[in-house]
Amino acid sequence: MPFIPHTEAEVRDMLAAIGAGSIDELFAEIPPELRCGELKNLPEALSEMAVCRLMEERAAENRSALCFAGAGAYEHYIPAAVWEIALRGEFYSAYTPYQAEASQGSLQVFYEYQSMMAGLMAMDVSNASLYDGASALGEAILMALRTNPDSRSRRVLLPRSLNPAYQRVARTLTRNQQVELVDLDYDRSLGRIAENALAAFEGEEFAAVVIPQPNYFGVLEEVDILADWAHRHGARSIAVVNPTAMALLKPPGEWGEHGADLACGEGQPLGIPLSAGGPYVGFLCSRQDFVHQLPGRLVGRTVDVDGRAGFTLALQPREQHIRRGKATSNICTNQGLMVTAATLYMALMGPKGLRGVAAACHANTSALLERLTRIEGVEPVFAAPFFHEAAIRLPRAADRVLAGLAERGILGGHVLSADYPELGDALLVCATETRNPEDIEFYAATLAEVLPC
Amino acid sequence: MLIFDRSREGRACASLFPRLPDDSHGLPGHLLRQTPPPLPEVTELDVVRHYTRLSQKNFSIDTHFYPLGSCTMKYNPKVANALARQPGFAAVHPLGTERFGQGTLSCLYELQDYLKTLTGMTAVSLSPAAGAQGEFCGVAMIRAYHEARNDHERNEILVPDAAHGTNPASAAMGGYHVREIPTNPDGDVDLDALKQAVGPKTAGIMLTNPSTLGVFEHRIPEIAALVHEAGGLLYYDGANLNAILGKVLPGDMGFDVIHLNLHKTFSTPHGGGGPGAGPVGVNARLQPFLPLPMVAKSESGYRWLTEYDCPQSIGRLSAFAGNIGVLLRAYVYIRLLGYRGLRRVAEYATLNANYLQRKLVEAGFDTAFPARRAAHEFILSVQRQKKEHHVTALDFAKRLLDYGFHAPTVYFPLLIPECLMIEPTETENKETLDAFADAMAAILKEAAEQPERLKQAPHHTPIRRLDEVRAARHPDLAWKPAPGAAPQR
Repeated sequence: MPFIPHTEAEVRDMLAAIGAGSIDELFAEIPPELRCGELKNLPEALSEMAVCRLMEERAAENRSALCFAGAGAYEHYIPAAVWEIALRGEFYSAYTPYQAEASQGSLQVFYEYQSMMAGLMAMDVSNASLYDGASALGEAILMALRTNPDSRSRRVLLPRSLNPAYQRVARTLTRNQQVELVDLDYDRSLGRIAENALAAFEGEEFAAVVIPQPNYFGVLEEVDILADWAHRHGARSIAVVNPTAMALLKPPGEWGEHGADLACGEGQPLGIPLSAGGPYVGFLCSRQDFVHQLPGRLVGRTVDVDGRAGFTLALQPREQHIRRGKATSNICTNQGLMVTAATLYMALMGPKGLRGVAAACHANTSALLERLTRIEGVEPVFAAPFFHEAAIRLPRAADRVLAGLAERGILGGHVLSADYPELGDALLVCATETRNPEDIEFYAATLAEVLPC
Repeated sequence: MLIFDRSREGRACASLFPRLPDDSHGLPGHLLRQTPPPLPEVTELDVVRHYTRLSQKNFSIDTHFYPLGSCTMKYNPKVANALARQPGFAAVHPLGTERFGQGTLSCLYELQDYLKTLTGMTAVSLSPAAGAQGEFCGVAMIRAYHEARNDHERNEILVPDAAHGTNPASAAMGGYHVREIPTNPDGDVDLDALKQAVGPKTAGIMLTNPSTLGVFEHRIPEIAALVHEAGGLLYYDGANLNAILGKVLPGDMGFDVIHLNLHKTFSTPHGGGGPGAGPVGVNARLQPFLPLPMVAKSESGYRWLTEYDCPQSIGRLSAFAGNIGVLLRAYVYIRLLGYRGLRRVAEYATLNANYLQRKLVEAGFDTAFPARRAAHEFILSVQRQKKEHHVTALDFAKRLLDYGFHAPTVYFPLLIPECLMIEPTETENKETLDAFADAMAAILKEAAEQPERLKQAPHHTPIRRLDEVRAARHPDLAWKPAPGAAPQR
């Protein structure tokens, strides 16, 4: 019996100890009419070897692709040590560290993660993770409202230059909390929040402004101006940032005069495989003053009865298992194993390595854009500086071009027209440090072939 | 010692750096970072040794018996992890899944089907990233259902007082008032109180069955009838499905919407607190509201369902499609066990729980519901020992660590004073259960003879009891570089 250790003799002994005649008798309190029969439309058990064969076949049905897509998930090189260590059974098969004395390993890892993430973002504190970047934004919006009781408004400005998936998730998560999410339009030629869009809100009340960096189009927003503008209006500023970019770009804690109030985003670029979209890891950082409004787990450093430094779950009264209906969020656990991997990745890369990755991504995407726009009819959509993604306009239907590239083993990017019909046949492309000059040349040559078809 | 303490300026894992020009050409200076981020500067060996040693300070399923009630800490088969991590699955970009990830989608499509069968529901969405997100989504679907019928009066969710904290928290996030329903002395929902509570304001009730008290709510058909007659819906919190897997289907009990915890029932690794997965299932009434995406099968292959296909969906919960790597592990687990193996999960989890409960009663412990048959978990109360020897449930928990066992869940459910909630799961053998019972008996003896031994426990763990008050009053939540150590802004 798979994973059942009991011998027949043991079952007999155990039933005798309980005073039951059979295992079935243990279910006597369940009304017979509720019992189901054998669920024969489920498959029969397979041996481990047969399951391996099955799953190898399924994996082979996936086709490998030369990846030029980003749009919220990025192919980066993951050092071998990351998962070698993260997948040790002691990390992987432990649970939430409720018993601190038996969980110092995970607790210290989470504390180190919080420290690294807070440092990378130049923020005071980080929680120990949320599910993913988009849900982290949803939580950040609710948190911003909780920290801004003086604002009579429940309006939050959500830029259209923010990843549309994040916009959708934010709507799902805030819909039943009397939050009004208001679109903030972008400049059609620069691809960043339009100055006249801000002007339209002058003199109005709102509780928070979301500021992406880089934004969905890869373009850099004028974060100092935006953070200061939010502050002047008595609104909280919520940064949504790419963690790799923060090795190169000004971090949220240093935006404008006062820094952003909250910073959140997707930690997948930090050593997490693409894996068709998950599991990833959302991060959320804040100012110290707001720490009691943070959702999710937090680990704190303290001392034990002998004065030795140790780690424990901190400020638990924020959480559902203590405060129930009045908790900051319903989140229980989060993405501990992904946090462990991200911590290992950041420790291995260090400040120089992470900056090297960021700079290589920027250089590669610049080279890609330069090469692609040499093709007849292909042009950049936006004129403003970008980090590691850029939108290109094509002379033909973008989804057909993408299909043509896919036939040749290239994931050529992400079509923008579904979310941004005003941009026409635009494709969002990305080249991380994992792409080399030959890859870029192959993409360009293939695109040139596909375009006239 | 923190990883930061091992840092030396100029050290690095140089082999990991991209061999590309480090340039930020064309980026405007005012948007650039002025000082490097305060990450550690260490070698690969430093990292490997530091974190390997940290791992050795953890209890885990691979190293210890972990009878944490309500968490189903069963053995996580290694092969599930190995297979889900294959490059063929790991390398798929989420936006290329339809074109490049048909193999992944085929597994997810089948998993949707398996979970429908195992729960007796009409349709399943795999997208919630955790049980709590599944709950949020279930509550949102309940709300969407009532609103779609222009029924705007319903603003209450009923929650038994024994429920997990996530239930009231999820109801609140869905914009509902929470109304608690008391439990009767037998451990069942108090039906009279429920009759008083239901009415035109009832949006629904959230239940776990078997309940967090470790007993099967056998009057569930009456509860379902009461709530349905009042126009409300029934939500099933799947935290305890392990106890009835393949024996009773939530759909047959009258539930309209459910979530499952794949990291419990389907043995995906807990990872030190995530990632899990919390798929939701619904009956036909709620099907239009399921969260996106879901996988559909067509002539040309598998594809994601979108807003275009499901205009009434409550929407999306994550940027892409939830915790796919976790879903693949659950898929492998189901294929390894097959339908007979899944049914055996409930049988042996229940056998182990009842056996261990009996052994602990024989050792002199009080159970919360002596007249009831345990499901897959049971509750001890050390209230009597507290009165006699001034030792608490926490003291018992901490002392267990010295004996090499992870502690059970303590002080939950809130109804039972000084309680320990014990869930052995089906994968533990009789010797382990006997050894645990012996340890508990020894601790009981210590409680009477040398209570200080318990109050000061643990003695043999890497650290001893922590100053929680200090952690709360003076929260130290992040290491900061010493002033002057690095250029500060």
